[in-house]
Amino acid sequence: MKYTEEHEWLRPEDDLIVVGITEHAAEQLGDIVFIELPEEGDEIAKDDEAVVIESVKAASEILAPIDGEIVEVNSALVENPGQVNDDPQGDGWFFKIKPADPSQLDDYMDEAAYKKMIG
Amino acid sequence: MTDLKRVPLHDLHVELGAKMVPFAGYEMPVQYPLGVLKEHLHTRGKAGLFDVSHMGQVLLRGADAARALERLIPMDVAGLGVGRQRYGFFTNETGGILDDLMFANRGDHLFLVVNAACKDADIAHLRAALEPEVSVEVVTDRALLAVQGPAAEAALASLAAEVAGMRFMDVADVTLAGAACWVSRSGYTGEDGYEISVPVGAAEALARALLDHEAVEPIGLGARDSLRLEAGLCLYGHDITTETTPVEAGLTWAIQKARRAGGAREGGFPGAGVILEELADGPALRRVGLMPEGRAPMREGVALFAASEGGDPVGTITSGGFGPSVGGPVAMGYVSADYAGGDALLYGEVRGRRHPVRIAPMPFVPSNFKR
Repeated sequence: MKYTEEHEWLRPEDDLIVVGITEHAAEQLGDIVFIELPEEGDEIAKDDEAVVIESVKAASEILAPIDGEIVEVNSALVENPGQVNDDPQGDGWFFKIKPADPSQLDDYMDEAAYKKMIG
Repeated sequence: MTDLKRVPLHDLHVELGAKMVPFAGYEMPVQYPLGVLKEHLHTRGKAGLFDVSHMGQVLLRGADAARALERLIPMDVAGLGVGRQRYGFFTNETGGILDDLMFANRGDHLFLVVNAACKDADIAHLRAALEPEVSVEVVTDRALLAVQGPAAEAALASLAAEVAGMRFMDVADVTLAGAACWVSRSGYTGEDGYEISVPVGAAEALARALLDHEAVEPIGLGARDSLRLEAGLCLYGHDITTETTPVEAGLTWAIQKARRAGGAREGGFPGAGVILEELADGPALRRVGLMPEGRAPMREGVALFAASEGGDPVGTITSGGFGPSVGGPVAMGYVSADYAGGDALLYGEVRGRRHPVRIAPMPFVPSNFKR
């Protein structure tokens, strides 16, 4: 498991990377009421806007942490965006991406470093 | 948050786990551990306790205070009975709105509640226009609490049974937590409820007594905003400003007959020419309710178009977000009068794409007042 400074988590699953936001991020955002996911098959580049999240407070964009192809999205979130608050690191995942360059993951933090960052 | 003022119940909010944020110069609770969504639903289902002590409380005293206040607001103040309250707004010379307020006839004086962000300007405005014939006293030794929701009556009546007999917009002196409180049956949620001006020394005891009631949870400013939005109530600085007239805002119900053309005390308030003319001829823009057809919230500033592509904007959203009781996005805004009054389909531009949004009647949830 890797973590970004933008509070995303990246979990390797076979040759794919599952991406979501951390519990800390979900708590900071507050109740999530709307999610716009990328399309399966989209080719995205690192730092492209991948997901739009609207909470009761505001809209936020989630940027793609790595280059690759979106292979699967968690379409259950469209009808049930609160799943991200309920289980951000489980059922609240956003998408699975096939990395173009798996070494991009090396730039990110491990759990200990992430925990240190959020204090 | 060093330059921010604190409300008398600050320590209680912190103890209750509130997230405190800067708001209108105060540190205010935006939400408690329950979270905005559940706080909202709890208020509609049972009852919520709100601390609105940041708002301004002002007393006007003088033989003809009511007539004097009529020089600043287009409301029938002189005709307001003792023990009754009305909604109103200060207007400017161009017919815009300087602030909105509640004013009550408490017998030998008027009691005003004004918005926190505007209170210094409102007080200066009142003093400049009314003194010395009317004394303008700023109340600084009282907190202001609101208890709102279908169980608000049961909760407050458990402390003072007589509040059950009050009707919507009644005001009364009620002893609560051993202190002389000024209670009105009103609020800003679309639900039944009360607003309570309580001496600072008794505020915490009163708040704790209300929170001890099984139906009552503390509710932050986040849910207060979504509750008032669903109720179709304006937020000053957003839905009504110095640039919007009361006629455009659809607040003409608050301008009583006595102050309109042909009324006993027609005009005589700032901007009367503009406002009375608009009342007769209709405004160019109107505030309307808006229901996005998709799930994406449309927030303040979203431009509205008549078509899914091309053309100039026909309106703008002034407040919008997710309505927890509606279960979807709701908004309000101003549109060209041609589109108001029906259920026209417009398009709101969010993140560069236009999404359908329909003009809809407000409130978005049925009001629940005790008339």
